Amino acid sequence: MNINTDIAKTYILVDKRQTAVAAIGVLLGMAVYIFMNSLMLALDRSSTAVIFKNNAHIRVYKDDKISKELVSDSKTKYLITNPKVAPKSNTIINPNLVTETILKNKNVTVVTPQVNSSVFYNNGKSQISGMAVGVKPAEANAMYDINSSIVDGNFESLASNPNGIVIGVGISSKMNLAVGNNINITSAKGVNRTFKVIAIFRSNVKALDETKSYINLASAQQLQKEGPLYITDISVNIKNPDEAEAIGEEITQLTGYKAQSWQEANNSIVTGNKMRRIVSGLISYLILLVAGFGIYNILNMTVNQKINDIAILKAMGFKGKDVIRIFVTQALTIGIIGVIGGVILAAILINTLKHIHVGGDIGYFPIEYDFTVFIRGIIFGLIITFFAGYFPARKAARVDPVDIFRR
Amino acid sequence: MPILKTENINKFFHEPNEFQVLKDISFEVRRGELLTLMGKSGCGKSTLLYILSTMDRDYTGNLFIDNQLMNNLSIDELAAIRNEKIGFVFQFHYLLGEFSCLKNVMIPALKLGKYSTEEIEARAYEKLRVLGIEDQALKPASKLSGGQQQRVAIARALINDPLIIMGDEPTGNLDSKNTDIVFNIFRELADEYGQTIIAVTHDDDFAKKSDRIVEMIDGMILK
Repeated sequence: MNINTDIAKTYILVDKRQTAVAAIGVLLGMAVYIFMNSLMLALDRSSTAVIFKNNAHIRVYKDDKISKELVSDSKTKYLITNPKVAPKSNTIINPNLVTETILKNKNVTVVTPQVNSSVFYNNGKSQISGMAVGVKPAEANAMYDINSSIVDGNFESLASNPNGIVIGVGISSKMNLAVGNNINITSAKGVNRTFKVIAIFRSNVKALDETKSYINLASAQQLQKEGPLYITDISVNIKNPDEAEAIGEEITQLTGYKAQSWQEANNSIVTGNKMRRIVSGLISYLILLVAGFGIYNILNMTVNQKINDIAILKAMGFKGKDVIRIFVTQALTIGIIGVIGGVILAAILINTLKHIHVGGDIGYFPIEYDFTVFIRGIIFGLIITFFAGYFPARKAARVDPVDIFRR
Repeated sequence: MPILKTENINKFFHEPNEFQVLKDISFEVRRGELLTLMGKSGCGKSTLLYILSTMDRDYTGNLFIDNQLMNNLSIDELAAIRNEKIGFVFQFHYLLGEFSCLKNVMIPALKLGKYSTEEIEARAYEKLRVLGIEDQALKPASKLSGGQQQRVAIARALINDPLIIMGDEPTGNLDSKNTDIVFNIFRELADEYGQTIIAVTHDDDFAKKSDRIVEMIDGMILK
């Protein structure tokens, strides 16, 4: 063993209590860091999971545009002085070609057409306004994983049942509808039609559970009095949801239709998540930093106590960098002990909380293991302990032995 | 052939007042010489010793050790020279209290890294045996008596077979019996191993038995 390491080891073992206190500081900081970041990650994931139950990563639709002036030259007079939004039609023209174009993008996983129609649900005297979404059942399931939110009946049988409807659990309880019952629907275009409830879903978003229903694409087109080429929305899922904005931009360029990313559609949730991440990230880093100050303090004390030792070592030919190595080794050893302990404690905490049922929409406590959080914590913890050791060590390295011997 | 030589060494203290501690110190020390530096308190003998030891670099003039000029060497180069060529014995033993006596003796050699750990351990035992404290080897340094600690310190100074051993009142804290022991060890080192010893002392008996006394007054060497 190198003599510097040997001396560092002796210093660590001589005052075990001090070493333990410093290591426990790092341990707790480390555990809190990993724990908080794992929690935030899981909360983020569970909130985006709720979003993706009802939203595609990208929604392509025809956006109303404001009338353009016919001449863009600013010197000439405007031909239109008071432009208005002039809605023409909200359909996508030639949806098959648009779908094919979008599918050529390598990042796209699922593309499915959709027809949204505002409707009234009627059952006896009760009436609820809502949204019937016309989908291709298999593709819609691939996109939103509707199967997992079904509480009664079978979503897949929608495909083989042109008169079938899948309603939210809120509609079901308000209208006292069970699987097998009939429900009458009136569309905004005045079309009246009776559907048979074949499944009931619970999305955990109350507003949707009370208004939304899934029907076959063709039925939705009929409710709008339109033919099979009538498509209002094309939903697109991509490999990495975080790239939705950039890929949406590409799709807009290619097709000319508005491509709205899920971040844009759920702006308040996304920014809320971001703020939460910043605050919790900051706090967890600060906690680790405080642990670093613990090491710094203890090493500073050690340097002051051992100032005679440092002087004699330097007299015997130890260089400044040898002295730095001795104390940085000491700091890093404390740091490594603390980091290992912190990782173990965090793992125990996460494992315990994972199995605690908190109920409600959340179910089990939202926390999960994430490799990168652990790695980040370990690296950051070690960097902090390094510097917490380096500054006292540098002070020790600057000790002038002659000053000490003259005392 | 001098092992150590100084030419016109001057040193000033700037705090609290400008004060010249050493004035034109020029002298030579032969290999194998047992030399004592004497003088009243404050005459600059300790200051001179720290300059000779290369630890104090704040002076003007030239210092040669083993025919090598020390003035323009870096701190790290000087540290390496101290490690290899100079051994120290202080008035207060300055052992590392948490380490065993054996380890204290071994540390400079482990730093030098010339021999394997096993060889260094054997050599350290040998030095402790020569100094008659072999039986204390594995005790913590802080548990020994003053005389024993000083002998451990001497063993530590000897472990790298340095050319020069410097002592700052090496017997200042010892009774006459231990003083004799330490002196005899120095005598033997100089005579039998050809090592040079430079010791600052207040002890007349100790000085009288040395090869040469360099007496200092007010920062100058009295010829």
